[in-house]
Amino acid sequence: MSLAWLGVMPFLLFALLFLVLPTMQIIVGSFRNAAGEFTLDNIVNLFQPSIMAAYWISIRISVASALLGCLVGFLMAWAMVLGGLPGWLRSPLLTFSGVASNFAGIPLAFAFLATFGRLGLVTLILRDWFGINIYAMGFNILSFGGLTLTYLFFQIPLTILIMTPALDGMRREWREAASILGASPFQYWRMVALPILWPSLLGTFALLFANAFGAVATAYALTGSSLSIVPILLFAQIRGDVLQDPHLGYALAFGMIVITGIANFIYIWLRARSERWVK
Amino acid sequence: MKINRFWSWLFFGVGALYFVLPLISTAEFSLKMRRGAYTPDAYWTVLADPRFQQTFTYSVLMALATIAFGVLLVVPTAYWVRLKLPRWRPVLEFITLLPLIIPPIVIVFGYIRLYNTSSWLPLTGSAMGTNLLLMFGYVILSLPYMYRAVDTGLRAIDVATLTEAAQSLGAGWVTILTRVILPNVAVAVLSGAFITFAIVIGEFVMAALLNRPSFGPYMQLLGANRAYEPAALAVIAFAITWGCMALIQFVSKFAPRAPGAQH
Repeated sequence: MSLAWLGVMPFLLFALLFLVLPTMQIIVGSFRNAAGEFTLDNIVNLFQPSIMAAYWISIRISVASALLGCLVGFLMAWAMVLGGLPGWLRSPLLTFSGVASNFAGIPLAFAFLATFGRLGLVTLILRDWFGINIYAMGFNILSFGGLTLTYLFFQIPLTILIMTPALDGMRREWREAASILGASPFQYWRMVALPILWPSLLGTFALLFANAFGAVATAYALTGSSLSIVPILLFAQIRGDVLQDPHLGYALAFGMIVITGIANFIYIWLRARSERWVK
Repeated sequence: MKINRFWSWLFFGVGALYFVLPLISTAEFSLKMRRGAYTPDAYWTVLADPRFQQTFTYSVLMALATIAFGVLLVVPTAYWVRLKLPRWRPVLEFITLLPLIIPPIVIVFGYIRLYNTSSWLPLTGSAMGTNLLLMFGYVILSLPYMYRAVDTGLRAIDVATLTEAAQSLGAGWVTILTRVILPNVAVAVLSGAFITFAIVIGEFVMAALLNRPSFGPYMQLLGANRAYEPAALAVIAFAITWGCMALIQFVSKFAPRAPGAQH
């Protein structure tokens, strides 16, 4: 019996102490009452209107920003890889995507306040030059639409970074073969390109969804606590027990793990599928 | 083909506009502090603020500590798994993926419950203990990037042969790791280090909930109370992120190529 496994023990111990046990603590706590007995009450209590509303708006923002992020990111990556844009654009775009996908949190909120806030440059230009007052039209950066617009700043670049290798794997021969056999461009997309790309696209969607769902800092800096999404509610709960029930707080966090966990497993599973084509 | 190219430029142009406008707006806004003129006043105000200097220094030190601890933890582990325990790779990969699956706010929530003053390991009881806990949290957050970078770096070199060669010359494990393996994966380690730096420097949730005086909570506080300084901070933060990514691109030019790879 070799003792080689001892070599990974420091790492596993660290991961146990600062990743696995803290998470287990939350999961176990969400199935316990104040006396430490097993209960499902906390989970049941999640289904009260105010908490469900928080989950619902979080899910809507995450779905909207993930869908738009996938769509715009895919179109941009497609334009760059297959759309006949000059080759020198590729490297700056990928570098910029690397920067922008990591540019999240508090500064991103500041940037969007300076752009689409009440005194933001774009808001003022639209008002003074084009006579379009977006705030009079119901737009607000501190809202569902505003937050979605802001999240796109890291969602789109992430899509570009993930989809570019997938699009690189699309062989020119496939398109030529399809057109020799008489396929129209639409038929090529529907019957060749999309069936190959959809696992990557759907996987990207799942990753973006989880990405937006767990984000706290941007939303907090942008809206304070005026927009009650799940991460902000949890933030307030950890700081000051706003739900007045610590175990309900655990359940709230547990719900987050379940949702981002499902989204991520879809991503991992689909990525494994899509990698069959990228050689 | 011509129509095709038109659409390409359109998609690209609309996307580029979306990314450029906030950057221009933020830069413009940050220069408007003095009425009627463009001046860098907001930057001077921020840079002269002692709390900026304190929190920024704190976060830089935190990032350096995170990188040092992360390298110490990840390089020997990734090396050992490649050399002796190839079957454990999926396990390690799964663990290093977990921080992307579990939101940071949940992890830090667990810390507060697990390491509070009445627990078996009361890390949050003292400032130093909380600093340590925060640093461990950052190591966890950077694990997906650090581990992947180092593991990719190790793939490009022949770990087994290098180890045997070093051993036959009489090297011990410490010598092998520090003088043979580390120099060979230096580029990968640096890439991981720069991305860790970019993550830690502006991190908000963990620092805020553990109540540490770092740069993220300072930015949030300033954003809630001031108008022009936050825009200046956003420009500075963007420059830091951009600098980290540029450094990654720069050092990756020096990466050893995988044996048999083309180019």
